[in-house]
Amino acid sequence: MSTAKNQTPASSSDPIIEIKDLNKWFGDFQVLRDINMTVASGEKIVVCGPSGSGKSTLIRCINALEEHQKGSIVVDGISLTNNLKNIDAVRREVGMVFQQFNLFPHLTVLENLTLAPIWVRKVPKKEAEETAMYYLDRVKIPEQADKYPGQLSGGQQQRVAIARSLCMKPKIMLFDEPTSALDPEMIKEVLDVMTQLAEEGMTMLVVTHEMGFARTVANRIVFMDYGDIVEQNDPERFFNNPESDRLKLFLGQILHH
Amino acid sequence: MTMPNTQHMSETSQRPPVTRVGVIGWLRANLFNTWYNSLLTILILWLFYKAIPPFVDWAILDAVWGNVESTVCRQTDGACWAFLYEKANLILFGLYPFEEQWRPTIAMIIFVSLVALSCHPKAWRKSLIFAWVIGVPAIAILMWGGILGLSYVPNTRWGGLPLTLLLSGLGLMFGFPIGVFLALGRRSNMPTIRTICITYIELIRGVPLITILFMASVMFPLFLPTGLTIDKLLRAQIGLIMFASAYLAEAVRGGLQSLPSGQYEAADSLGLSYWKKMRLIILPQALRISIPALVNSFISFFKDTSLVIIIGLFDLMGATKAALTDAAWRGFYKEAYLFTAIIYFVFCFFMSKYSQYLEQRLYTGTRR
Repeated sequence: MSTAKNQTPASSSDPIIEIKDLNKWFGDFQVLRDINMTVASGEKIVVCGPSGSGKSTLIRCINALEEHQKGSIVVDGISLTNNLKNIDAVRREVGMVFQQFNLFPHLTVLENLTLAPIWVRKVPKKEAEETAMYYLDRVKIPEQADKYPGQLSGGQQQRVAIARSLCMKPKIMLFDEPTSALDPEMIKEVLDVMTQLAEEGMTMLVVTHEMGFARTVANRIVFMDYGDIVEQNDPERFFNNPESDRLKLFLGQILHH
Repeated sequence: MTMPNTQHMSETSQRPPVTRVGVIGWLRANLFNTWYNSLLTILILWLFYKAIPPFVDWAILDAVWGNVESTVCRQTDGACWAFLYEKANLILFGLYPFEEQWRPTIAMIIFVSLVALSCHPKAWRKSLIFAWVIGVPAIAILMWGGILGLSYVPNTRWGGLPLTLLLSGLGLMFGFPIGVFLALGRRSNMPTIRTICITYIELIRGVPLITILFMASVMFPLFLPTGLTIDKLLRAQIGLIMFASAYLAEAVRGGLQSLPSGQYEAADSLGLSYWKKMRLIILPQALRISIPALVNSFISFFKDTSLVIIIGLFDLMGATKAALTDAAWRGFYKEAYLFTAIIYFVFCFFMSKYSQYLEQRLYTGTRR
């Protein structure tokens, strides 16, 4: 199992996600306003902002968990329209990790990992199990393979969730506040796995409040407020020279307490 | 910071005081822990004292046993078990020809065995389908006959327990999958399918079962072209399936709604299609959650089949009533209904126990 094919340099310029003039409403409430964003293959992007700023909604639009009403999203050359085939094709290439883990409680850890490869990618069961064990090893819990999710700690569950997504060999990984539901002592084990994944060249979009992670791992940090991208920059300038007042205020609130 | 390890803690933990354990401890904790509980305990013991000895007198000590004339029974206050000696065949098998009653007996044994086998999670393999494929025609051949040297018995003569098992068994076997599809349809994004399912469920649930049976029996034939007739038993069976499916759909819907949306989203994000998502992720969990409601419906439905008597089918309940119409044996209601009640109870009790076992078995630890 080689990881070499994922070793794309972060500076690579071929865009894997292109979002143009994206608008979304929940009823009459506009959650996303004219979002334009391009993500290069291998890029690691952290999306942050106050709650209700639309950051989760933005990344949930990328795998069509949320439907957008205006604008276009192209993922790996596939346009996300109402076409179910396109949506399924995109979802196969995009892994997602949720705040609440969302493991399947009626299946063992191993079954959680092999289900989608077997039923969606049509991988033979034995091969799927080998892949699953490889990724369980990578997230450092191979000994939990036969347990049920309910028997694991939150941190372990989230690592299983990451492994479950990786088993589909996605090109892009979306993380929706992956550490927000965890006890403090478990946050590090999950962030370590994510950092390792980033080092291997995975394209990642991470919604998180973990500014330490953002500073060390991200190529670019996107700050959102009221459904707008207010400012985006590399970590160095993002933290040291914020341009907009809103970002200054936000950083002031989250960094000095 | 180190945590004390659990082994150390268990070594130092103490045993509970003696007055809290053993028989006396149990009595004190459960029956006499407060003054009103003590009062209730004494009251209930008094009721037992009042009820049990007379029942034993009636059912055993003063009872008439064996094959005797009904006139013997009329001379005593006790139970007349001679009634059952005389009428048990009629109650159990209705009007099925007496000398052929070994056939429904074997058919029932096959049916109950198949159901019991299907209840075992270990038997949930392909061979189970094979067992049913062989078992169902065997039951049909035994019941109808007409081949293999068996005399033909038209289904108008079927009755008693086999009929009850047939109507409720087939009703649930077909009603359940239809109910699952109705429940999924009711939660579908497609307005047409949703409307059809809601209309069906609400219509069927909105009328009493008697009405459905009556319509299936009396009104439905009026809509058929002349010359075409559908068997009365089949019509009743279809009516029962329709009734069961609407109720089971609502039980399943309860399970579907109690699943967190994260389960749907996780399945979607992995690229599972709608049907795979439902089959592999949503339904296994939703059905487990629905088990108490489903079994509740199963049990009521099993007993509700006794309403087929109004369209002239003699199921277990109907056959019991028929047995009491014999002039020589009129009036032995207690014996007849106790017998039938015990049969109903045994089946319902096992359904209930099995549901508890299944719930335990499918439980996989704390849910997220």
